[in-house]
Amino acid sequence: MFGYAGKIVRINLTDQEITKAPLSESLCKEFIGGRGFVAKTLYDELPPDIEPFDAENLFIIATGPLSGHFLPASGKTHFGSKSPATGGYADSNMGGHFGPALKYAGYDMVIITGKSQTPSYLYIEDDVIEVRSADQYWGQGSFVCEDALKKELGDDFQILTIGPAGENLVTFACISHDFGRQAGRTGIGAVLGSKNIKAVAVKGSGSIPVADVEEAYSKGKEAFQKVSQKPGFKGWTPEGTAGITDWVNEVGALPARNFQTSHIDHSHRINGKMVLESLKITDKGCYCCPTPCGKYGHAETSMGSAHVEGPEFETISMFGGCCMLESIEEVAYANFVCDELGIDTISAGVVASFAIECFEKGLITEDQIGKKVQFGDLSSILHLLNMMGLKENELGRLLSRGVKTASESIGTASEKFAIHVKGLEWTGYECRNAPSMMLAYMTADIGAHHNRAWVLGQDVVGAATSVHDLITAGADGEKRPKAEISAQESAEYVINSQHIRPAFDLLGCCRLQLMELGFEPEHYAELYSVITGRSITWSEIIKVSEKVWNLTRLISAREINGFGRHSDYPPARFYEEPTPSGPNQGYCISFDHIEMLLDAYYEKRGWDKNGIPTEETLKRVGLIQP
Amino acid sequence: MNLKFNHDNCSGCGVCKLACSIKNFNQVNPSMALLRIHGVFPDPGKYHIYFCDQCGICADSCPADAIEIEEGMYTIDEDVCTACHECVDACPHSVMTIKKADELPAKCILCGECATVCPRQAIYMADTQEKLEVI
Repeated sequence: MFGYAGKIVRINLTDQEITKAPLSESLCKEFIGGRGFVAKTLYDELPPDIEPFDAENLFIIATGPLSGHFLPASGKTHFGSKSPATGGYADSNMGGHFGPALKYAGYDMVIITGKSQTPSYLYIEDDVIEVRSADQYWGQGSFVCEDALKKELGDDFQILTIGPAGENLVTFACISHDFGRQAGRTGIGAVLGSKNIKAVAVKGSGSIPVADVEEAYSKGKEAFQKVSQKPGFKGWTPEGTAGITDWVNEVGALPARNFQTSHIDHSHRINGKMVLESLKITDKGCYCCPTPCGKYGHAETSMGSAHVEGPEFETISMFGGCCMLESIEEVAYANFVCDELGIDTISAGVVASFAIECFEKGLITEDQIGKKVQFGDLSSILHLLNMMGLKENELGRLLSRGVKTASESIGTASEKFAIHVKGLEWTGYECRNAPSMMLAYMTADIGAHHNRAWVLGQDVVGAATSVHDLITAGADGEKRPKAEISAQESAEYVINSQHIRPAFDLLGCCRLQLMELGFEPEHYAELYSVITGRSITWSEIIKVSEKVWNLTRLISAREINGFGRHSDYPPARFYEEPTPSGPNQGYCISFDHIEMLLDAYYEKRGWDKNGIPTEETLKRVGLIQP
Repeated sequence: MNLKFNHDNCSGCGVCKLACSIKNFNQVNPSMALLRIHGVFPDPGKYHIYFCDQCGICADSCPADAIEIEEGMYTIDEDVCTACHECVDACPHSVMTIKKADELPAKCILCGECATVCPRQAIYMADTQEKLEVI
C-alpha cells in the first residue's frame, strides 16, 4: 500500500508477546490514519468497564499516510488511550521526528496492551522489537532519560520518554520527545507509566513506498515553495506561537489569575519578542518543517537556570497569565520544570493557579501546601509543580488528579473556578465574551482543548482568517470579540473548524501551514492522492474527519458513566462572574446563551438534545450501515 | 557546484536528508542520505550539518582504486568497486551509505538538491568558485 509503511505491531507487555500484521486497506480507506486509526482501534478493542490505569487499557501510537513524506511539516505522531484525565476518549499528538522514524522502521501503528512486570522501555529498530530493562532510567527526568538513551543507543534513535509524573500516574502526565516536543494532553504519559514503560526508542532504515515518487516529490517541492511565499512565512515564523501573545491580550482573551480575568499588564515582558531577545539559541524544527515554532533557548532565574524549548504560547498563557509570572525567563523555567517532571504545562499551569486561588480564599491551608503561595511568585509555582508531579504530600496527591477531582474534594466553593471541561483543564484562551471559542472548548472531544477548533478569530473579526493575518491586522477598534454572534453562526464556525483541524491529525502532518499561514487545504488532498495513488478530494477528507468526530463522541459516551449534555458545560466562573477588568470588563456569557450554543451545535451535528449522535447521523457519516 | 553551510541556520528539520534520498536513490528513505545532521541537546542546543567536503579519504582507503577525483569531486566507479565498504568505514564524517539493492557504497556527488530544498539557507549554493567550507 503506497504512502503507508504497511504494518501494525501489537505488543502485549504482560505476555511479552509481539505480533506484526499487515495494515488493512479498509482501515486506511475508511479512517485515513493517525487519529482515525486511534479512534477506530479504541472503539473496537477497548475492553468494557476498565479504568485508565488497568493493564487492559490500550496505548496506541499512530502515524498518518503523509507522515515522513516530502511535504511541509510531515512529522506528526498521534497517541491514543482511555484518558486518565477524563475517563473518556483520549488522543494527543506531537511534532518532532518520531512518527517518520516509526514508518521508516516499517510500522504505521503500535498498539500496546498489558503491563510490564518491571520498568522497561521499547526498542524498535526495523524488524527488531524488544522490551528492554529500564531500571537505570526509572525516576529520571524526561530530558535526562532521553539524553541517556541517546548515549546508549545512538543519536539517530528517536525517543519518547515519560518523566517522574508519568511514573507516579499524574493524570496530566505527558510524553516528551526531542528535548522539548510533547504530546501533552489527556494524561497519556501516565498510561505509559501504568504499564511500566519509561520510553520508546525507534530507528528506521527502510523506505516508504510511494505511488509516483517523482510526481510526489514535485508536488512536495511546489508545496514548500507556496508556503514560503505566504506572508506569514517570514512574518509569523520568527516568533512562532509566542507571537500571538500580545494579540490575545489585546482582545481580552488572555487568562489571568486562574481565569479570574482576561487581560494582563505585563504581556510585553512575556511575548514572542522577549522569547527571541532573552532566551533563544536556535530554531528547532519538526520533521520537514519550514516554519519552526520551536524556539530552543536558555533561561536564568533566581530559582535556577535551564536549557528549554519554548515557551510557546500556551505555556506563556498558563504561567505568564494564569499564574502571573512576570518575566519570560521565569515562564521558561517553569516550562523546564514541567518538562523534566513530565507534566503538561497547560494542565499544570491551571492546577497551580487553581491551588493559589484556593489558598487565597482560605479553602486550603499553608500547612497543607507546605508554604504560603501567591500569584506571580516563581518559588510558589515551582513548589506546587513539584508537589503535584512528585505527589509529595496529601495535597500534592490530590492536585495530581487535576482540578476537577481536586475541586470535588476541596468543596463546592472551588468547583466554579476549577477551569476544565470533562476533567481536562482549559487552555490559553479566556472566552466569556467569545461564544464561538467557548463552544469550541465545551465540545472538544478530549475535554477543554483549543486544537480541535480555534475560532477566536471568528469571534473577533466575524470570519475565518489565518492567525498571521489576525495578528498583523493592527488596532482598528474592532479588536474585541463580538458577543452578538448568533449561536447558529458559532456552531457553524466550530463544527467547520472541528473537521478541518483534526483532518491534519488523520493525515499525519501539521496544520500550522494552513491555520497560521493560510496555505490552501486542497494541496494536502493532492499530496495524499499522488503519494498513496488513491484519489481523494479535500471535501472527502473532511467527511472522514466528521465520521471520526462522531466516533470519538461515541467512545466517550460509552466509557464515561452518565455522559451527556452536562459533560459539555463550562465552569460556572464563566457564566456567573462578569470579567472584572480589561477590554471585556463587565462581559459574562449567560447560561441561557450556553444552552443555545449547545442546542445549535447538537442540531447541526445531528445529535440529540443530550449530545449523543442519532442513528440517522451515524448512518449518514458511515459509522453504521444504512 | 559549490555547496556552503551555515550551521547556525539549521533547525534540524531534516528535509535535506529526505530530498537527498529521493533525488539520488528514488526512495523516501533519509537513512540513505549522503549528509547528516547532529543535534547537540540539551546543552548547548545547536545543530551541526555533516557533509562530504571531498576530502578524498574514501579514495585513499579504497583497495580497488574505484574512487577517482575529477574537477574537485570524488566519484565511485561502480564497475570497479568491490563493495568492500572500506570507504564507508573510513569516511571521517560518516556521510557515505550502502545501497540495499546492490550493496555498493554511495557518496555525495554535489548534486545540490539539499541546498535547493533547505528552507532556511543552512545549505546553499555558492555562486563563486570558493572552496567548500570545511567543518
